[in-house]
Amino acid sequence: MLTPLTVALGVAALALAAWCGWAAYRDQPTKDWHFIGMAVVTLLALVQLVVGIVQLARGEEPADGKVIFLSYQIGVVACVPVVGLISLTERTKWGSLTVVAGAVVLAVLQVRLHDIWGGGTGA
Amino acid sequence: MPETEATATAGTDTGAGQQTGTEKSGQGAGTGASGGRPGRINTGPGKLLVTLYGIFTVGAASRSIVQLSTRFHEAPLAYVLSAVAAVVYAFITLALVRGGENARRAALVCCCVELLGVLGVGTWTLVEPSAFPDSTVWSDYGMGYLFIPVLLPVTGLWWLRRSRTAEG
Repeated sequence: MLTPLTVALGVAALALAAWCGWAAYRDQPTKDWHFIGMAVVTLLALVQLVVGIVQLARGEEPADGKVIFLSYQIGVVACVPVVGLISLTERTKWGSLTVVAGAVVLAVLQVRLHDIWGGGTGA
Repeated sequence: MPETEATATAGTDTGAGQQTGTEKSGQGAGTGASGGRPGRINTGPGKLLVTLYGIFTVGAASRSIVQLSTRFHEAPLAYVLSAVAAVVYAFITLALVRGGENARRAALVCCCVELLGVLGVGTWTLVEPSAFPDSTVWSDYGMGYLFIPVLLPVTGLWWLRRSRTAEG
C-alpha cells in the first residue's frame, strides 16, 4: 500500500478534525471553507481507493484479505461525506462536532488499513 | 399527552431538514439553543450521538458479518456477542433517528442493555479470557475502541433522560 498517501490522509483528517473542533469551540456551524476541506479529504480518500483497487488488480494481496481491505476502504471514502451531510442538517456547533467525530474515525481507519495491508508491520 | 407533542415536533423536524439550503435561518434557530431544543432527541447533541451510534452500528455489524461468515468456529461466543452488540446499536440508532416519546423510551431501555452488555462482557473477558480466543466489540470494556463502547451508553442515558426533563 502507498504509505505516504495513508499518512497524508491521516494527517489531513486530523487537521480537518482540529479545524471543525475549533469551529465547535467557537459555537459555530460548519461553513463553506469547512466543506472545501471535507472535499479535499474525500478526494484523497478516493485517490486511495483507486490506488488500492489498482494494487489489488495487479495481484497484490493484503495480509487480512481483499474483502476486509476493500470494505475498510469504502468506509474511508464514505465517512466524511456522510458527516458533512449530517452537519448540513444540524446548523449548530453540534454539526461541527459531528464532522470532528467522522474525521477522527477516518484517521483511525487509516491506522487499521495500514495493519490490514501489512499484517501489522513492526507490531 | 406528551405523545402528540412528540409527533408534532418530529414533523417539524423533517421540514427543517428539507430546507437545509437556507443556511442563515437554520443558523439563527440553532445558536439560540446550543444545548438542543427541549423534547427532541435527534437534534443538537442528539445528532452527534446518532452519528456515533451509526458509526458503531456499521462497524460492529460489518465486523460480525465477516467474522460469522468466514471463521465462526474460531470464537463462536465472541462473534455472536459482537453480532448482538451490532443489533443493539442498530436499534438505538433507529430510535434516535425516529425521535418521539416512544422511541425515546425504547432507546433508554436499549442504552441500559448496552451498558449492562459492555460491563458484563468486559468483566467476563477479564475474568475468563480463555472463553474468548478472539475479541468482541465489548472486550475489556471496549478498550480496542478507545473505551467509546462504555462511554456511549452513559452519554446516551444522560442525553435521553435530560431531554425528558426538558420536555416537562
